Amino acid sequence: MLTNALKIAWKVLLRHPFYTFITLFGISLTLTVLMVLTSFIDHVIGSHYPELKRDRSLYIDRLMMTDSAQSSMSSGPMSFKFLANYAKTLKTADRVTVFSTPKSSNAYIGSRKIKVNTKFTDADFWTVTDFDFLEGKPYNEQSIVNGDFVAVITDGFKHDYFSEDDKSVVGKTIEIENVRYKVIGVVRGTPITRYFTNADIYFPYTVPKSNYQSGGMRGNYSAILLAKSSGDMMAVQREFQERMSRIPKPGVEDGFKYAVLEVKSDSFKEYALNTIMAGNPGARVIFYGVITFILLMLLGLPTINLVNLNVSRMLERASEIGIRKAFGAPIRTLMWQFIVENIFITFIGGAIALVFTFVIIMLINTSGWIAYSDLTINVSVFVVSLLICLLFGLLSGVIPAVRMSKMNIVEVLKS
Amino acid sequence: MITLQNIEKVYRTSTIETLALTNINLHIGAGEFVSIMGPSGCGKSTLLNLIGLLDEPSAGHVEIGGQAVTTYRDKDLARLRNQKIGFIFQSFHLINDLSVLDNVEIPLLYRKGDETGSSRRQLAKEALEKVGLSNRIGHFPGQLSGGQKQRVAIARAIVGHPAIILADEPTGNLDSGMGNEIMNILQQLNADGSTIIMVTHDETMAKKTHRLVRLFDGSMVGDASLVMSGK
Repeated sequence: MLTNALKIAWKVLLRHPFYTFITLFGISLTLTVLMVLTSFIDHVIGSHYPELKRDRSLYIDRLMMTDSAQSSMSSGPMSFKFLANYAKTLKTADRVTVFSTPKSSNAYIGSRKIKVNTKFTDADFWTVTDFDFLEGKPYNEQSIVNGDFVAVITDGFKHDYFSEDDKSVVGKTIEIENVRYKVIGVVRGTPITRYFTNADIYFPYTVPKSNYQSGGMRGNYSAILLAKSSGDMMAVQREFQERMSRIPKPGVEDGFKYAVLEVKSDSFKEYALNTIMAGNPGARVIFYGVITFILLMLLGLPTINLVNLNVSRMLERASEIGIRKAFGAPIRTLMWQFIVENIFITFIGGAIALVFTFVIIMLINTSGWIAYSDLTINVSVFVVSLLICLLFGLLSGVIPAVRMSKMNIVEVLKS
Repeated sequence: MITLQNIEKVYRTSTIETLALTNINLHIGAGEFVSIMGPSGCGKSTLLNLIGLLDEPSAGHVEIGGQAVTTYRDKDLARLRNQKIGFIFQSFHLINDLSVLDNVEIPLLYRKGDETGSSRRQLAKEALEKVGLSNRIGHFPGQLSGGQKQRVAIARAIVGHPAIILADEPTGNLDSGMGNEIMNILQQLNADGSTIIMVTHDETMAKKTHRLVRLFDGSMVGDASLVMSGK
């Protein structure tokens, strides 16, 4: 029965090539947009190189102080000392890394200037993250203690800084802001969308200009808390919040008396949402509302269009439906066939969309639009797309099928 | 085999009410070959549609094979049509996208049983052989002549071995030569045991059947056995 329904569906497709083209174009375009969008969201939020442990990572990025009158707010990254005292020493966490926010610096090759992003990190940075070392190795605790002038660079910076002939650059020196560092490792670079790990050059935090010895709560450092498992994240969060609640308030700073201090340790998804919401919880409802509206528009309009096209096509096939009914096809069987046909055409559209998406993703990845971008059609994206296809097929097939079931055999045979 | 009691059929719109059939009482026994005649609009096709369970009477009772079908739901009517009735239409009603073989297979697709795809194809081939079209199984309706199309339609009507065959002006769109060929096939099917009810305008064709029912303005005005059957 299914084979027959598929056979008919195929013939229906071939019957009107232009109509088929319009239908498939609508489906594949919508699904392509959805799939590229899903892929991009996954690229930003999912666990990808070099943050493969996002499912058990908590991000601390911002300290927020509000004065007692709630009229002034101070917000931003923290000092190294603050994080070393309150985050590094957490007992429930498996590992904690403290690292600076990206800092723009200049490197010179002769008279040519290269703008680079640098990051000062501790040794745990290399165990909390999963960088691919193409050459050499990361700096360790001893290098930190010694204050070694060493650096880990990305393959992109290696390509820009050293000549093409330099196969291995480990042991060579680079000069950044008039300070010379020895290269001890080369890693595969990360896209800029991985804000916490993206940089061109990584230094131990004990090298000059890292500001790691600055006092006060605010500074230019962030942290990632790695829980032992995703189930342990709540415990780590609780311990961190408990510590935050015990911190003595800083008193008067910049002429304001800060009475409320808030530092969150969030999963990456929560962190991203909080960043978009700018700390306003009410905005989240609006955000989800907008997302739902966009999805409804993206999915709903082509579906309504498809329903209309299907109803017209069904009326065109009224005679065939009449014949099948006359020879004993029950309404339910015919409805099933119609739905199968719609799911079939939607899946073809889905397959085309997969190819389109693959091509677009490849173009984005290779265009250099986002350096080191690694957009993929992974299993979750593919499953979401398949479900969308199925939903599309069902939505656009059920309504015409119900209308068809109400057709009078004699009338449709006469027509 | 088929019993119609006090059948009335009224077509209603919001403004008009048309009486298509009234006070029809008819019994057709197994193995009969009945023709229904009458002027255009007298209710011949309506009567055939009621017998074929394609339409419901406004009043009265229909029995097929001893089963009163008045209260049957769509599913039961579909099953009964599939098992007991085969249709032949004046305009053939073949599905142009399907091959001759696929068209003939249609009734078998909706039959609940242990028939496989290959057994369905075998039955369809046998039906096409009976109507002399076994060499056209891969063709599409658009590649056939009118007579060939009607023979495909007959093969489709008989493929499930229904007890009753309903033919609505089966020769109406054919020239006399082709019409006679089709009539010969119908006679042969009747000789093999099928009950056939045929609507026709053609007196010559009607004379080849066993019994002639005449309608006028929705009423039965004649029901006569024909002495000279076409056998």
